[in-house]
Amino acid sequence: MNTIIISLVLTLALGLLSGLFLMISFKKFYVQEDPRVEMLLEALPGANCGACGYSGCVGYAEALAGGKETNAAKCGPGGQEVADKVAHIIGLDTVSIVKRVAKVMCNGTKENAVRRSDYDGVKSCRVADFTLKGDRGCVYGCLGFGDCVNVCQFGAMFMGDDGLPHIINEKCTACGKCVEACPHDLIELVPLDRKVFVFCKNLDRGPVAKSYCKVACIGCGLCVKQAPEGAMKLEKNLVIIVDAEKVDEVADKVVGVCPTKAIALDEKFAEVKTV
Amino acid sequence: MRPLIIFVAAAITNNFILTYFLGLCPFLGVSARVSSAIGMGFAATFVMTMTAIITNLVDHLILRPLHLEFLQMIVFIFVIAVLVQFVEMVIKKTSPSLYKALGIFLPLITTNCIVLGLALLGAMRNYNLIENTFFGFGAGVGFTIALLLISGIREELEVRDVPKALKGAPITLIIAGLMAFAFMGFSGIISLQ
Repeated sequence: MNTIIISLVLTLALGLLSGLFLMISFKKFYVQEDPRVEMLLEALPGANCGACGYSGCVGYAEALAGGKETNAAKCGPGGQEVADKVAHIIGLDTVSIVKRVAKVMCNGTKENAVRRSDYDGVKSCRVADFTLKGDRGCVYGCLGFGDCVNVCQFGAMFMGDDGLPHIINEKCTACGKCVEACPHDLIELVPLDRKVFVFCKNLDRGPVAKSYCKVACIGCGLCVKQAPEGAMKLEKNLVIIVDAEKVDEVADKVVGVCPTKAIALDEKFAEVKTV
Repeated sequence: MRPLIIFVAAAITNNFILTYFLGLCPFLGVSARVSSAIGMGFAATFVMTMTAIITNLVDHLILRPLHLEFLQMIVFIFVIAVLVQFVEMVIKKTSPSLYKALGIFLPLITTNCIVLGLALLGAMRNYNLIENTFFGFGAGVGFTIALLLISGIREELEVRDVPKALKGAPITLIIAGLMAFAFMGFSGIISLQ
């Protein structure tokens, strides 16, 4: 009987004392947090995708509340709606943002790009790239194992029957995960209203590039002459669009002269734009 | 000399994870990345050292004089929970950077079996305060070693062709078993239990 009473008293006393102790220390060590952080977290989508450049929604919210970040429109998944809310909470002017989406800069479909070997290893672009740069003739192009599709959190990508990844613009939030995943750096985040793209990253000379891909940029420079001065340039046998707006103005001319159709209009983009 | 031997025994020959199979949840759960394994390891080492000290004091100053050894389990886990809560508050107030590094891991290990196991084993073996401190610190170091080893292996595994049926937890458990085999090889080095 005595033991029962002693143990009861001990546990009760221990519980009360430590409860009191924790309560006092909670008051003493209370850390005041910016209430706006909580509000911002509620406004942000909470996907923790990192599109804003911070470790997650918490990081972005803290930077905004702490005044280190003044751009309210950095949240890709949230879009305009969240940007408005965030701007309202921290008292900034509303910013309008153009939706950006990921875009694969390679058109090396099964028909267009010749394969030079049989690859039978791990079904991963990164591993394939490590093993003799993959099985396709072009060592700059899409490897076709869908590393980008696998990292997409939003289900915005899928591998088409043509052997290339495709992006569903409506679902894409421009978080940039696929950009990092691609070992050949083929994916870019582009504004939704851009029209003309160079769907090639090949740096080989024209005849070589043409030998293994029907739609490679051969670096002929015909398109550069059609575009306004300085809007496009030729670098290492590859055309680069410097000023997208100027090139889009003369889209038909630039696309029309390309002998391999490496530079092309994006039909899907045009559709979305008219809708 | 004895505290040192206890330290080596707890860290390697009688590694808590790989010979006692305590603390398997963080061993499997937080071992996917080396960076988070390091954070978890440090937090666990910290909590375990603190636990060893405080439970030894509670055991020798309160429970044994009152002949209440049977209450060890309840009182220990209670004291540990309070201690971790308190430490978390203090760290949050005094060092935000340390809180960021350890903060998310601290509540995770509060009521973990490895911490309670450490406290109960120390009491069972009648360690004194210094011995028990080294015991707790060694157990934490051993935990960190095991976590680091498996997280390195798991990072490598990510690019390997694991059979579909074994992906994720199954292959991790198999690796854990093989590592336990390997650690059995240390068992003869020190005779101390």
